[in-house]
Formats: sequence, structure tokens, C-alpha cells
Amino acid sequence: MLRKAFAFAALGLALMAGPALAGATHAEPKDVHWSFEGPFGKFDTAQVQRGYKVYREVCSACHSMEQMYFRNLGQKGGPFYDEKYKNPNDNPYVKSLAKDLQVKDIDADTGDVIQRPAGSADRFPAPFPNEPAARAANGGALPPDLSVIVKAREGGPQYVYSILTGYKDPPPGLKTGPNQYYNPYMSGDMTSSWSGKGPVPEGGFIAMPPPLVDGRVTFDDKSPSMLSQEAKDVVAYLAWASDPKATERKEFGLGAMIYLFFFSVLLWFSYRRVWKNIGH
Amino acid sequence: MSGHSTYEPKTGIERWLDVRLPILRFANDTVVTFPTPKNLNYWYTFGGILALMLGIQIVTGIVLAMHYVPHVDMAFNSVQRIKRDVNYGWLIQGMHANGASMFFLAVYVHMFRGLYYGSYKAPREVLWILGCVIYLVMIITAFMGYVLPWGQMSFHGAVVITNLIGALPVVGPAITTWLWGGFAVDDATLNRFFSLHYLLPFVIAGVVALHIWALHVPGNSNPKGVEVKSEADTVPFHPYYTVKDGFAISVFLLLYAAFVFFAPDALGDAVNYVKANPLVTPAHIVPEWYLLPFYAILRALPNKLLGVIAMFGAIATLFVLPWLDTSKVRSMRYRPAIRLWYFIFFIDCIVLGFCGAHAPDDLVIPGVSGLQLGDANLNSFVWLSRFAATFYFAYFWVITPLMGLTETPLKVPESISEPVLSHPASAPMGAMASPEKRG
Ligand code: HEC
Ligand code: HEM
Repeated sequence: MLRKAFAFAALGLALMAGPALAGATHAEPKDVHWSFEGPFGKFDTAQVQRGYKVYREVCSACHSMEQMYFRNLGQKGGPFYDEKYKNPNDNPYVKSLAKDLQVKDIDADTGDVIQRPAGSADRFPAPFPNEPAARAANGGALPPDLSVIVKAREGGPQYVYSILTGYKDPPPGLKTGPNQYYNPYMSGDMTSSWSGKGPVPEGGFIAMPPPLVDGRVTFDDKSPSMLSQEAKDVVAYLAWASDPKATERKEFGLGAMIYLFFFSVLLWFSYRRVWKNIGH
Repeated sequence: MSGHSTYEPKTGIERWLDVRLPILRFANDTVVTFPTPKNLNYWYTFGGILALMLGIQIVTGIVLAMHYVPHVDMAFNSVQRIKRDVNYGWLIQGMHANGASMFFLAVYVHMFRGLYYGSYKAPREVLWILGCVIYLVMIITAFMGYVLPWGQMSFHGAVVITNLIGALPVVGPAITTWLWGGFAVDDATLNRFFSLHYLLPFVIAGVVALHIWALHVPGNSNPKGVEVKSEADTVPFHPYYTVKDGFAISVFLLLYAAFVFFAPDALGDAVNYVKANPLVTPAHIVPEWYLLPFYAILRALPNKLLGVIAMFGAIATLFVLPWLDTSKVRSMRYRPAIRLWYFIFFIDCIVLGFCGAHAPDDLVIPGVSGLQLGDANLNSFVWLSRFAATFYFAYFWVITPLMGLTETPLKVPESISEPVLSHPASAPMGAMASPEKRG
């Protein structure tokens, strides 16, 4: 009887395994592997450093990262952490990265709004002063803040990587409007733009022009700058920025799990011993 | 809390205190000498686990509240600040967010345990009802907590759920406005949700105290469902159950830690990492996993008011269960006929959960379209949730009363300590009937 019930359950669950949104479609994200995957995974510092360069030179023209401060780059686990500078605000490399950018401030003497070079305690400056300005510069679309983008999308790093490397020429029969780029990994419903043969292609339109091409960024460590490399690196950087405490969390967690495991074993034997003479 | 006390104050201070505020006597009688049936299995450890989870939610919550900012423009960023800049903030926040899920996991096991072993039957009806009250307040607390980080799902979930009240005839819209503190879910709503989210766990703690009081009057039920007859049936709570509960808690914490440290977002929704934006509605508005079955029942009905009634009815049903069950036999271990229905009911709840997670018109079996009946597609999640919701109510209102009247239960043992041999799993008669061998 029971066995039958479980068999039914298994069948039921198998049948219900998730169909996607009706209407909107998208291609499955590419299967990419990352050094920071899994319970023991760690960020590859050199990769995150390169990724920061891609963000700074390309993405930051349109995308803000409002949760990020320059000091974060030099904190423990960050790409430019230096043991000599426990306080990341003192890290000279971080200071020099910040200095290249201007932030808004108030002149203490005159009260005028001024621009000054950023310091390590400053937030990453945003490319646009406000949302209407960001939309106006991007054909009406709003480039999302990238601080937690890897957590904010189903599929995480795989998804963001797929978007960056997945642009395709629209197949014949697909009408693209101004500021619309076809990307099979973007979720969308293109039925109304489709007059080609066969079913509507997977994916949707994205308002971001393909940001990366081969050779877009020259890496300081002479890594080859193919599109795939640039995309992988910037995604690693974004993954770190979305969860800068990930490595600390996993290391702490490993200790906690080991502790709890031995504690459980100890309690199990105590339990056996305490209950030894109780018939039950 | 009842019966006579075996506490003997040993030192002068204890004697002095004992005639003024017998709090040590109370503690001793509650968690040290309390006579507990000796055959409680691991399903009975979840009460202790729940108490711990409530404690963890309160402690982590109080620390979060020191750093959290309940303002529509700052709430989202303040949670990020907690995770990034507060010392061990990632740990506190991760424990709280995942703690809510673990709390519900434990409460569901605890409730299904009560259902199986008939823990709600006389003389434990009040105990059961207090448990239902705790569960209801937990739902409200968790719903309000989920609004606090002010992500897309927080905001739009709050809009959907508060709008339900608007479905009430005549007074609905006025009540909704009153709840919102304005004409939309906005800053006033966030502030009051924060205030109530801080308050309600302490209400829960109060009801938990009553729950335990009501437990200690009749004492624990047990897997055999026969009442304690003599001292031979019991062991003192300490050390027997402190060590057994302790072991179970430790294993439970391992599972909890696996989520907190290695998959802190696995149970959450990615969309809630996008700041709330009233102008952009997410494609799919879904609650956290632990509320999905009720969400499915809500959407199973074509009319909003009926949906709300069904959803609250599903919870209200639990309150009256003690009077729906007509069987004199407490434990399902001796009720093979209803046991099958019980397992189907368990699966039904999981099916409802899946229905709640999918859009109503999604196909259950992709690519199959032959199940059209008029303009109803029986292969859609909305129809599956209709069947499943019907079964949910039928289980309580039809199957439970009828089975009690018609089934033939197995022979119930005379007492808990009746020789182990007569456990139905090992006894010659009625062998194979028991779903679990431990006892
Ligand atoms: C020319 C401006 C511009 C640049 C440069 C740019 N983006 Fe974008 N990006 C946009 C706009 C506009 C959108 C919004 C697209 C939409 O909503 O259709 C967007 C959207 C995105 C999204 C979200 C897609 C989704 O799922 O909604 C990601 C991720 C993203 N950009 C990453 C990047 C990265 C990484 C870089 C740097 C390599 C970059 N962008 C460079 C303008 C830009
Ligand atoms: C019954 C116990 C409780 C439950 C079930 C619960 C549940 C939740 C949930 C689900 C969230 C959203 C977490 C997220 O997704 O990020 C949350 C957030 C929060 N809770 Fe609680 N909570 C409880 C007790 C408390 C208590 C006692 C306090 C304060 C004293 C508190 C303070 C907070 C704060 C400040 C937040 C916002 C920060 C955040 O989102 O992490 N909670 N709670």
C-alpha cells in the first residue's frame, strides 16, 4: 500500500518538473565552470582583477554599482587585498584606482558643488545622475545596477555570461526595432516581431548593444582578450561583488559543519549510553 | 506544571526562593523530572527543534533590527550593508532568512507528526489549537518579514496579499487602506510591517508557553497512542529526552548550516535581489516555498473572495480537526485503512506546493493538450490545484470522519511498556502493518 503511494508520488513529481513561462522563452544558459563554484570554490584573484578592469573600462559607462566602495577592492577576499594594509582604506593600489575617477562633493568653504578625485572610502560613482538621464542615454532602457546582478538573475553567473556572449544576428523574418538586439538567452516573447518560417525563435530583445568584442580590453597580465575571456572575467568580478563574503562564509561553514558533525556523533553515543537500560 | 512535584530544594537560598517564587521548582518539574513516555521516536524531537528555531529567529532578528532601516529608499541597501559591512552580518542575516525556512520545515514535520499519531485528540484539543494559533501567527510574521528587505518580490507579494482583503464585500477596500496606512503599499506599510514583525515573535513565544503548559497537563502523546498507565511507562525528561532531543537538534543544525553557509540563496527567489519598483511587476509573483500550498488554494478558485475564503478555510479546518475525527484509536499505527489516505494527503500538500509555484495556465505535462473539457484545460496547474484543493478539504471533512466510523482498527496494546514483543511490527498478528519500526 505504502510502496504504491510512494510510486505515485514519484510519478507525480516527475510529471510536474517545471515547464517555463507560457509565452516568454529563452535558451538555457551556457554551461560554464567557475573557480568559485561549490562548497570549496574560491575566487581566482587574477581573474577578478581582470574582471574589474573590464567593468571599469566598459560596463561602468552605463551601469552603476551602488553597493560598492573602492575600499571593498582592498578588503580581505577582494581582488586587490594586500596583507600589509589590514585597513583597506590605506591600500595604495586601491587609492590609485580611486584617484582616476571623479566624485561629486560640496566645497566646504563655498558650498558649491564640485568634482574631486575619489578616495578609497568613496562609493563607485554612478554613470548617470538619475534614472531619466540613464534612460535618455540608452534609448529609453534602464541599465540595471550591477552590484548584486549575479544573485538577481535566475542562472546566476551562467546567465550573465550567456547574455554577454550570446548575441546573434537576428534570423531572417525577425524585425528588430531601434535599440533592440536579439539575444536568445534574454527572456522574451517575440511573437509580434516574427514573420519568418517556423516557430518563433527562442529568446528576446535586449536594449544593451553587445558590450564586449574580441580585444575590447587589454589585460595587464597579458591574458588573451577574446570575448569569451573578457566575459568570463567580468562575470567572476560581478559574482565576487554580489557576494564579497562568499569565501569567508564557506571557510567558516566548513568549520561549523565539522564541529556540528562531531558534536552529533558525541551526542549519539551519549544517547545510546543513557538509554542503554530502557526497553522501548 | 500539574500533578505533584518531586522537587526538593537543597540549599538555603533555594528553600527561601521556593516559598516566594517557586521558579526553580517549576523549571525542575518542566524539564528535569517531567515524566515522559519512554517510546517517543524522532518525530517527537521537532518540538524542541522548534523552540530553538524561535530563539534563533528572535536573537538574530534583534541584531538585524539594530542595523536595518525601515524606509522604502533605504531598506534594500541596509540589508546589503548588513551582509557586506556589519561584522558577521552575512551570518546573522543568512541565519535569519534561512532560519525562517527551517522553522517552517520543522513546524510541518511537527504538524504531520501530530496528524499521524492523533495528538490532537482528547484530552489534547487545546494543545493542538494553540499549536494552530502559533502556526497562523508564524505565517503572518514570516510574510511581514519577507516584505522588509524591500525587493521586487517583497513589494509585489505584499501588494497581492494585502489586496486579498479588498475582496471582502463592502468593508474590504476600507480595511485595505487602513492596513496600508495610505492608498498603496508604501513607506507607512513598510514601517508598520517592521513594527509588527518585531512584535509577533514575542506573541508566538507567549503562545508557546501556553502550548507547553497545555502539554504538561495531559503529558505527551506517544506513537502507540495509549495513555501512560504507570511509572514503568515513563522516563524523566532529563537526561533521557534532553540527550535525544539534543542529538536531533544537532543533526537538524547540520542541515540548517548547510543552507546558511553553502546555499544561502537556494530557498529564496532571485527576483528579490532586485530593488522594489512599483512600476515593474515581476512575471511571476510567488511567495516563499512554505506558503505555496495555500497560495495554490487561493488561486484555485475563479473568484477572489471565494479564493480567500478557501485559503483561510484551509487553515481554519486544522483548528476543528479534533472534532472531525470520529475514531477512538489515537495512533494511525493501528489504523491501516486511514494510513493510506494520510500518505496521499501528504503528497497532496506537496502537489499543492508545486501548483503554487507555477503560473495557473502552465501545462502540468508539457506538450499534452488532449485534456480539454469545454474551455477548461485539465492539464493546467490551475486544474491540478482544483483537484488537489478538493482533496485537501475532503481529507479532513469527509475521509477523516467516515474512516473513523467504518474502519476496523488493529488491536491496540494495553500499555506503553507491554512487552516489546507485542509491538505490531514484531507481533505475529497484524504484522507488516506498521510503517516504521522504531518506537
Ligand atoms: C551602452 C551602455 C551599456 C554598456 C556599456 C553595458 N550595458 Fe549592460 N545594459 C545596458 C542596458 C540599456 C541594459 C538594459 C537592457 C534591457 O532592459 O533590455 C543593460 C542590461 C544589462 C544586464 C541585464 C540583462 C537582464 O537580464 O535584464 C546585464 C547583466 C548587463 N547589462 C551586463 C553588462 C556588463 C557585464 C557590461 C560590461 C561588459 C555591460 N552590461 C555594459 C547598457 C549597457
Ligand atoms: C517567528 C520568528 C520570525 C520569522 C519566521 C521571521 C522571518 C523573517 C523573514 C522571512 C525575513 C526576510 C528575510 C530575507 O528574505 O531577507 C525576515 C527579515 C527580518 N526580520 Fe524576521 N523573523 C522572525 C523573527 C524576527 C524578530 C524577533 C525580529 C526582531 C527582533 C526580526 C527582525 C527582522 C529584520 C530586521 C528583518 C529584515 C532584514 C532581512 O531581510 O534580513 N525577525 N524575517
